[in-house]
Amino acid sequence: MKQAKNDMIVSLKDIYVEFDGEMILNHINLDIKDKEFVTILGPSGCGKTTTLRIIGGFLEPECGEVFFKGEKINGVPPHKRNVNTVFQKYSLFPHLNVFDNIAFGLKIKKTPKDEIKKRVKEMLSIVDLKGYEKRSVSKLSGGQQQRVAIARALVCDPAVLLLDEPLGALDLKLRKNMQDELKLIQQKTDTTFIYVTHDQEEALTMSDTIVVMNNGSIEQIGSPADIYNEPVNAFVADFIGDANILNATMLGDCRVKLLGVELECVDKGFGVNTPVDVVIRPEDIEVVPPEQAKLVGEVVDVVFKGVHYEMTVMVGKCEWIIHSTEMSPVGSKIGMKIIPFNIQIMNKLFLAEENTFFAEVVSSSESENYIEITLEDSTIRIDGVYYEEGARLMIQLPPKALSIAGDGVGDLNDVYIESVIFKGEHNEIILESDKQKWLMQSDVDEQVATYVPLKFDFNQAVIKPVEAKDET
Amino acid sequence: MRLKRPTIPYIIWMAVFTVIPIVLILLYSFTDRSGNFSFEPFIKAVGYTNVFLNSLWIAFISTVICLALSYPLAYFMSRLKRSTQNLITMLIMIPMWMNFLLRIYAWVTLLQNNGPIDTMLSLLGIHTQLIGNQGAVIVGMVYEYLPFMVLPLYTVMSKIDYQLIEASGDLGANMFVTMRKVVVPLSVPGIISGVTMVFVPSASTFLVAQYLGGTKDIMIGDVIDKIFWSDQNTGSAIALILMVAILFFLIILNFFGDEEAIAT
Repeated sequence: MKQAKNDMIVSLKDIYVEFDGEMILNHINLDIKDKEFVTILGPSGCGKTTTLRIIGGFLEPECGEVFFKGEKINGVPPHKRNVNTVFQKYSLFPHLNVFDNIAFGLKIKKTPKDEIKKRVKEMLSIVDLKGYEKRSVSKLSGGQQQRVAIARALVCDPAVLLLDEPLGALDLKLRKNMQDELKLIQQKTDTTFIYVTHDQEEALTMSDTIVVMNNGSIEQIGSPADIYNEPVNAFVADFIGDANILNATMLGDCRVKLLGVELECVDKGFGVNTPVDVVIRPEDIEVVPPEQAKLVGEVVDVVFKGVHYEMTVMVGKCEWIIHSTEMSPVGSKIGMKIIPFNIQIMNKLFLAEENTFFAEVVSSSESENYIEITLEDSTIRIDGVYYEEGARLMIQLPPKALSIAGDGVGDLNDVYIESVIFKGEHNEIILESDKQKWLMQSDVDEQVATYVPLKFDFNQAVIKPVEAKDET
Repeated sequence: MRLKRPTIPYIIWMAVFTVIPIVLILLYSFTDRSGNFSFEPFIKAVGYTNVFLNSLWIAFISTVICLALSYPLAYFMSRLKRSTQNLITMLIMIPMWMNFLLRIYAWVTLLQNNGPIDTMLSLLGIHTQLIGNQGAVIVGMVYEYLPFMVLPLYTVMSKIDYQLIEASGDLGANMFVTMRKVVVPLSVPGIISGVTMVFVPSASTFLVAQYLGGTKDIMIGDVIDKIFWSDQNTGSAIALILMVAILFFLIILNFFGDEEAIAT
C-alpha cells in the first residue's frame, strides 16, 4: 500500500472549488505519477487552470485534500512547496535581466554565488539561450521569454513543474518546436511536468498521460492512444482529433444500428435497444465500391490535406468525414466499410429523448386562451392552451423545440452551454439551467462554456395535466 | 523648428505664466530697491539660512512619514476588489475638496490646549504642549499632502501584474522578500512622483507653520510671505534659492530612479 503511494507524486482527493457561487471543480480526484509528462486538457472554463493553481498553492479548495509525496499539503503556501510554475503570460520580472530572472529562486535559497552562476549557465544551455545572460527580458521574443520562464522555474530543481498554457501566445511553427523541446527538457531533467492546454494536438504530442476535463469534472484519464482510440464519451471523442460522432442504437452485444443499417462492433454490455453515441475516426473508414458496403454515400467535397484527402460524404442527410489517400471525385457514389474494431460505442452524455419538466399554472385566461407558468424563477407565457390556475402540468419539449433567443430575451436566461457536438445532421447541444439539463438540436454552432438565453417553442410541446403524485 | 499652429496658445501661456515670472524673479533677485544690479538681496537672504535648512528638514521628515504611511496602504489598496479600490480612492480624495485653511483650522482645534486630544492626554496624566512646535507642523503637513503620496503609489502598484507576485512566491520568496525584490523595485516610478509631489510643495508651504507652529519663523514659505510686501528683492532671492535647491533635489531623485530601473 505504501509502495503504491510513493509512486504518486501529487494526489488530489475530492477537490471542490466554487467561485462567486459558481462551481469550478466538482469533486475531482486525480493521481499524478512521478516523472511523467501529464497534460490536463479541456476547453476554456473547464477548470484545468484552477486544478493547476491548487497544486501550486495559489488557491485553496473549498473542500478536498491535496497530497504531495503522500503528505497532505493543504494550507502550505506556494513558497514552501517544492513545485514551480511556468505562467501563462510568462511573468518574467521586468526589472531584472535574463540572468537575474533565472537566478531569482536560487538567490532566495541563499545558494553560493559560484553555484548560481554554474546552474544558470547550465539551464540556459538546456533552453538553448546561451549568451543571453545580460539581455533585458522585455527585448526578447515570445519564444525566448517562454524559455527563460521555463529555465527560471526548472533551475530551482522542483519535483513538479506546472505549466499553464505556456505556448498559447506563440505562432504555430515556434509552438511545434517548443513542444518537442519541452518533451526533451522533461526527459533530460527527469521532472514531473503537469501541463495545461486546450490544444489537443499539443496534448497528444507531448504527454505520457492525458487528463481530459470538462465543466469542472474529469471525463477521462489515459495515454494519448487510449484517449484517441477509446474515448469514453462523445465529448472526449469530439475534443480529441477529427471524428464522426453519430446517434445509434445498440441492438445487443456486438450489434449496433446506425442510420438504419445494422453493423457489427466489438462492444458488449450496453443492453438491448439502448441509445448510444458512436464514434468512427475519419481514417478508419475504407472506401470501397458501393455494392460491397452496407453504408453508401455521395462525395460532396474533397480537400487535399497533404498526407491524405479529406472527403465530405453525405449518407442520406447525414454528413461524414473520411480521410483517405485515394481521392474519389465529387459526385461519385462510394461504399464505406468499417471494421468492427473501429466502431467505438459510448454511453450518451445525457440520456433523454425529450426535455420534460413539471410546472404549475400561475395565471391563465380562458377567453384569451393562454396560461402562464413559472420555471426556475421566470414566468413563461404559453399561448393557445388553457388550464385552470393552480393546475399541475407536465410539459415535454423535443430537442428541436429549443432554440437560443436571437434577441437576447429567452424564456430561461443565463443557461450554460455544457457541450456542443456535431452529430452528422445537426448539432446536439447540452445546456444546463439552475435545476436541470436540456438537450437541444440546432443547425447553428454555439460557443461552449457560455451563458445564453434559451427559448422554447411550445407549438411542438406535449402538455398534459398531472396529479402531484405522478411526478417523478 | 517649425511650430504647428495648435501649439501657439500653449506657447503664449508658457511665456506669460512661466517664463516671464521666472525672469522677473531673476531680475528682482539681482537688483536693489532702486533697480540697480546688486548682490544685496542674496546677502540679506543668507540671514535666513537656518529657517531655510529647517524648512527642507521638515519637508524631508514629512515626506518620509507620508511614504511610510502610504506605501503599505497603496499596496493593500491595489490588491482589493475594484469597487473597494474606487471607494477608498474617493475617501482619500474627499478631504481634498475641503478648503485648505479649514483643514488646518481643524488641526488647530484638535491640538490646542484644552482641545480634545490635550484633554484626553491630561486624563491619562500626560501634560504636554501639542501645538506651536515642529511636531504640530509635521502633523499638519503629513495630513495635507498624504493623498499626493498615496495616489501615485497606488496607480503604479495597481499596474503591477499580480502574477509577478505569484511568480515570486512560486520561486520561494515569502511576503517580505517579494516586497523587497519585486514590488518595491517595480514601484520606484510611483515613489519618485509621490516624493516629488509631497516634498516640493511642503518645502515651500506657508500658513501651516503659522497656524500650527506658533510665532517663530519655521518655514521659509512663511518668511517669503512676510517679507515680500516690504522687500520684494530679498523675497525673490530666497524664492530663487529655494527653486534651485528643489531643482537639485529633483535631479538627484531622478538619477536615483534611473539607477534603480537599470540596476540588476
